[in-house]
Amino acid sequence: MRTKSMLVGVSTLLMSSSLMFAGTVSGKVTFTGTPAKPKTIDMSKEPSCAKQHATPLTTESVVTGPNNGLENVVVYVSSGAPDDGQVPAQAVTYEQKGCQYLPHVLPMHVNQELKITNEDQTSHNIHPLAKVNHEWNKSQPPGTPAISEKYEKAEFISVKCNVHPWMHGVFAVMNTNHYDLSKGGGAFKLPNLPPGKYTITAWHEDYGTQTADITITSNETKDVNFTFKAKAY
Amino acid sequence: MARKAQRLSFVGVLIVAVASSLGAQEAHVGNLTGHADAGKKLYKRFCIGCHGERGDGVGDNAPFLEPKPRDFTAATFKCRSTLTGNLPTDEDLYKSVVRGFNTSAMPSWAPLTAQTKIDLVAYIKSFSPRWHDEKPADVLKIPTETPVTIESISHGGELFQKLECWKCHGQEGRGDGPSASTLTDSKDQPIRPYNFTGGGRFKCGAENEDLYRIFMTGVDGTPMPSFNDVIKPVDAWDLVHYLRTLQKTRKSRENEVLKAAGGKLLPPKPEEKKPEDPAKEPENKGAGNGRK
Repeated sequence: MRTKSMLVGVSTLLMSSSLMFAGTVSGKVTFTGTPAKPKTIDMSKEPSCAKQHATPLTTESVVTGPNNGLENVVVYVSSGAPDDGQVPAQAVTYEQKGCQYLPHVLPMHVNQELKITNEDQTSHNIHPLAKVNHEWNKSQPPGTPAISEKYEKAEFISVKCNVHPWMHGVFAVMNTNHYDLSKGGGAFKLPNLPPGKYTITAWHEDYGTQTADITITSNETKDVNFTFKAKAY
Repeated sequence: MARKAQRLSFVGVLIVAVASSLGAQEAHVGNLTGHADAGKKLYKRFCIGCHGERGDGVGDNAPFLEPKPRDFTAATFKCRSTLTGNLPTDEDLYKSVVRGFNTSAMPSWAPLTAQTKIDLVAYIKSFSPRWHDEKPADVLKIPTETPVTIESISHGGELFQKLECWKCHGQEGRGDGPSASTLTDSKDQPIRPYNFTGGGRFKCGAENEDLYRIFMTGVDGTPMPSFNDVIKPVDAWDLVHYLRTLQKTRKSRENEVLKAAGGKLLPPKPEEKKPEDPAKEPENKGAGNGRK
């Protein structure tokens, strides 16, 4: 009895200590060279959307920030993640507003609930071009309830609306909860990584993927940076 | 040594298992049973030229064809009685083989014997592991057709506007809506929306019930989405009746009723139930979606 409670105590201590000594991977995603200029989107065929944008929208395949920062890069633990099976209970939401997908890139966990909403006064058809997962295509007229879906396998899925051909986005379906989307200056952060060996992958929809192997030994912050070569077209 | 033998026998078992699982692929329609191993020989004779040895749609003739032959390895099929994203039923595939695709190079294979066709269906199912991994999906329930009346046609016309079918199919159903010229299929090939005014049969059948099924389940792999979650069955029949009147040159009950009413639709009744009301009939909700 006593040994048992001692064992429980020790294991609790070990578990909490592994969290106490959790490391963080953080860094920046940048680009070299000159990226193609974003193109202005002509929404004149859909006036109810066009009027929502004081300045016309531009394409979002490549979004850059200050100091050559690259946005919308999914940075994730592609190997060694300690929590592969844990599906978050909370849903992620993909919004269609002003004939634009918000956010442009939406990371989610395998089997996590995905809610898709239409805030517009026009019908959209949401058509994720899945190849590993199942391809489906649903109409969502204005005022209809959110579509609830989930994906069973990890995949980067290109999403489009056939009615409004300029609408384009990405579902990043992950096998891990250790992911981040690079922000303004290209910054990202992956906290709560217990000591161990990891492969960190950075994925960009136009520029491809890069990986880095790292080892976390203690309560440390590892600096990892990724640099993509910009395409001029 | 013993371990090596064990490993070899394990590999042997694995090979037999994989081979037999391929050979064991069957298809069932009514009292017909198709076998993939029989279908393989027939496939080489009838299908390989366009669909290719691997079933990936890149046979010798493929470069000369538009639209491209179906890629069976992707397991995405246009004509289904199942909800969007699901595999079709064996009967759906069988019907497609019988019917052919009038908008492509795929002919009707009706002259082949029933056994030949069902064997081919069984073999087509060996090109994707999805046929092994997934349970058969439920089939869309289609309630009895409502009477063709001018009210039904008129309400269908309102739905055609509200659901914005015209964005692709055009106000008169000519397939010339504002988005029509930009459409591509899931393999990035240009694709045209159906032109109703030609009066030709639809890709997935000629009957009113086929038309109902097409827009409710969607045409997977193309821009045509599923409307099952957004149209109530009774409204869906109204839309069917209206769509038939867009086929102006085709003789139909719908065109007779419209003519008898002076060729004009009734004005919308604002106090009536809202056609875009998202309240769904429970019968098809979520059903057949093997992923949920």
